[in-house]
Amino acid sequence: MRQRSIDGIVRPKGVHHSLMRILLYAVLGLFCLYYLIPLIVMISTSLKSLEEIRQGSLLSLPRSVTFDAWAKAWSAACVGVRCNGLAPYVWNSVLMTAPAVFISTLLGAMNGYALTKWRFRGADTIFALMLFGAFIPFQVILLPMARMLGLMGLAGTIPGLIFVHTVYGLAFTTLFFRNFFMGVSDGIIQAAKVDGASFFGIFFRLVLPMSLPAIVVTVIWQFTQIWNDFLFGVAFTIGDSNPVTVALNNVVNTSTGVKEYNVDMAAAIIAALPTLAVYVIAGAYFVRGLSAGAVKG
Amino acid sequence: MASGIKLQSVRKVFGGNEVIKGIDLVIQPGEFVVLVGPSGCGKSTLLNLVAGLETLTSGHIHIGEICVDNVPPRDRDIAMVFQSYALYPTKTVRDNITFGMQTRKVPKEEQATAVQEFSKLLQINTLLDRKPGQLSGGQRQRVAMGRALVRKPEVFLFDEPLSNLDAKLRIEMRTEIKKLHQRLGKTAVYVTHDQIEAMTLATRIAVMDNGHIRQFDVPEVIYEDPVDLFVAGFMGSPPMNMLTGQIRRGDRMYVETPSTEGQDQLRFPLPGRLADRVSAADGHKVVLGIRPEAIFAKGSELPGSERFVFERPIDVVEPTGPDTMIVFDVAGTDLIARVRPEDAKPAGTPFLFEVDMDRAKLFDAKTGLRL
Ligand SMILES: Nc1ncnc2c1ncn2[C@@H]1O[C@H](COP(=O)(O)OP(=O)(O)OP(=O)(O)O)[C@@H](O)[C@H]1O
Ligand SMILES: [Mg+2]
Repeated sequence: MRQRSIDGIVRPKGVHHSLMRILLYAVLGLFCLYYLIPLIVMISTSLKSLEEIRQGSLLSLPRSVTFDAWAKAWSAACVGVRCNGLAPYVWNSVLMTAPAVFISTLLGAMNGYALTKWRFRGADTIFALMLFGAFIPFQVILLPMARMLGLMGLAGTIPGLIFVHTVYGLAFTTLFFRNFFMGVSDGIIQAAKVDGASFFGIFFRLVLPMSLPAIVVTVIWQFTQIWNDFLFGVAFTIGDSNPVTVALNNVVNTSTGVKEYNVDMAAAIIAALPTLAVYVIAGAYFVRGLSAGAVKG
Repeated sequence: MASGIKLQSVRKVFGGNEVIKGIDLVIQPGEFVVLVGPSGCGKSTLLNLVAGLETLTSGHIHIGEICVDNVPPRDRDIAMVFQSYALYPTKTVRDNITFGMQTRKVPKEEQATAVQEFSKLLQINTLLDRKPGQLSGGQRQRVAMGRALVRKPEVFLFDEPLSNLDAKLRIEMRTEIKKLHQRLGKTAVYVTHDQIEAMTLATRIAVMDNGHIRQFDVPEVIYEDPVDLFVAGFMGSPPMNMLTGQIRRGDRMYVETPSTEGQDQLRFPLPGRLADRVSAADGHKVVLGIRPEAIFAKGSELPGSERFVFERPIDVVEPTGPDTMIVFDVAGTDLIARVRPEDAKPAGTPFLFEVDMDRAKLFDAKTGLRL
């Protein structure tokens, strides 16, 4: 498919156009480099020994590659007072992100479906109000939410964090799915009604399978948001229940002992790896989903 | 035993725009009613109301003995073919067809038999494992038909189900639908723009215009006895010739065409039966309706009592195969005569036309009503 889309472009030929093309690629290359250098520095630093870091320059590649820093960041780095590495916190993040992404995506899909295909009085008002949720600065709700989690008995726990992320993710997931379903023909839903399917029957058997592009976009978006979140994590969890972002901060900011840059870098990469993986695996869908208006049944 | 459908002063308003303007219609059990009317007159909306996909603004709908005003579509025991096909894009043709049976928990073997039967009938048996996206428009339309037919509900609603098929397939499907209706005896409401489909399938035809039903009767009456100009002009292809003129009373009654430059005025004598019925005064403005088949070459049919012969030059000749259409001009209006191909002459030659005035209809020019 990729090959075909390139073949289909008619290009002008000639010296002038070739020069312009070279210039174009040079500029693109420069931007690429600018973007990638920090990542390259992080990776190369994480593969150096402390010794080498102290002697060499920041930009030089590692003379001898060692994975010691990675091992330490994973299982022995000190997070606060405990020195078990990032592993338990990565696990916390997984336990928190997976349910929060799943629940908020599912509810968003249901909201979008109900708002577009079972239109009721006030549907547009409700949608406008939900959208409002997407623009709330999260600092504003920290204190009331902390109080509420306390009342619910979820203060300082992972389920509490899941709850918060689900609630605040709904605005976005609803928006994504609503816009996707606006483009889905009502006729299909009508046919299913005549065929005897119920609200949920239509949702699970017809609508959800059709909305794969929207699901992928929403999952990527929610996963990145929730996995990378720091504010809610630091505000609503304590010590053992911290997500990896908070733990990373604690690793990097320990004031005791020497600063182990290689371990810090490895830890940062570990914390960022899952979101990277999600992009690589589902990236093709992400791009396709963004132009989902063009996807027909 | 099938259920009838009863509509009582049904109205539908879409945001201030009244689309259905008070329709009363009683459809007998087992009837095949064809709805015809110009685009945008509310045919699909009316079907949606019967199906329960739109809510009534006012009025009542009964299916069988039950008032279904507040019954959701899935409890109405109907099947519908949508104008837009509305196939399920993620399901195979087979699953599209059986979806309604799956939701109603029909046993697997019964589903398989039904798919077998109807996919053969609709000539889609080789497509069963494809997705709708991989089908042509005509194939999709047949799948949509299959989805409605397999369920054998009390009432069938068809919204232009054959519009996208080629001529040959359309005729085959038309015959199959008729056979099927005779075999199952279920009530059906069928929307079409195709005159022949309407005439051949219908037990009764309802002619709709702008949210009203103008006439509801058996096909012969709609064709031979239209209540007004609209119905007369809508049914028939090519359409009825409409000639404006004035009533002239003398020794007998005539319709006189207006005088135009370079043409003699024509005076169409009205047959006694018609003249007796019309009380309009001398000079009253009327429209004379003559179907193309009632105008032919002089002497080409057996002589009758009420014939009127006149001469006009031929403007255009349109052969259709079995008949040839001849277009000519009377008082600035193009008229069409349907003649045998061997009687046709080339354009430009003067031609003697014979009109069977027994088959002519007379309408009031102002109200459009039949006189
Ligand atoms: N959901 C809607 N909202 C507003 N107006 C509508 C809606 N559905 C239909 N209409 C209007 O109602 C009128 C009748 O539409 P309908 O689809 O019933 O026409 P139709 O007779 O089926 O035409 P066609 O032969 O072209 O299919 C049209 O003027 C249309 O614009
Ligand atoms: Mg329609």
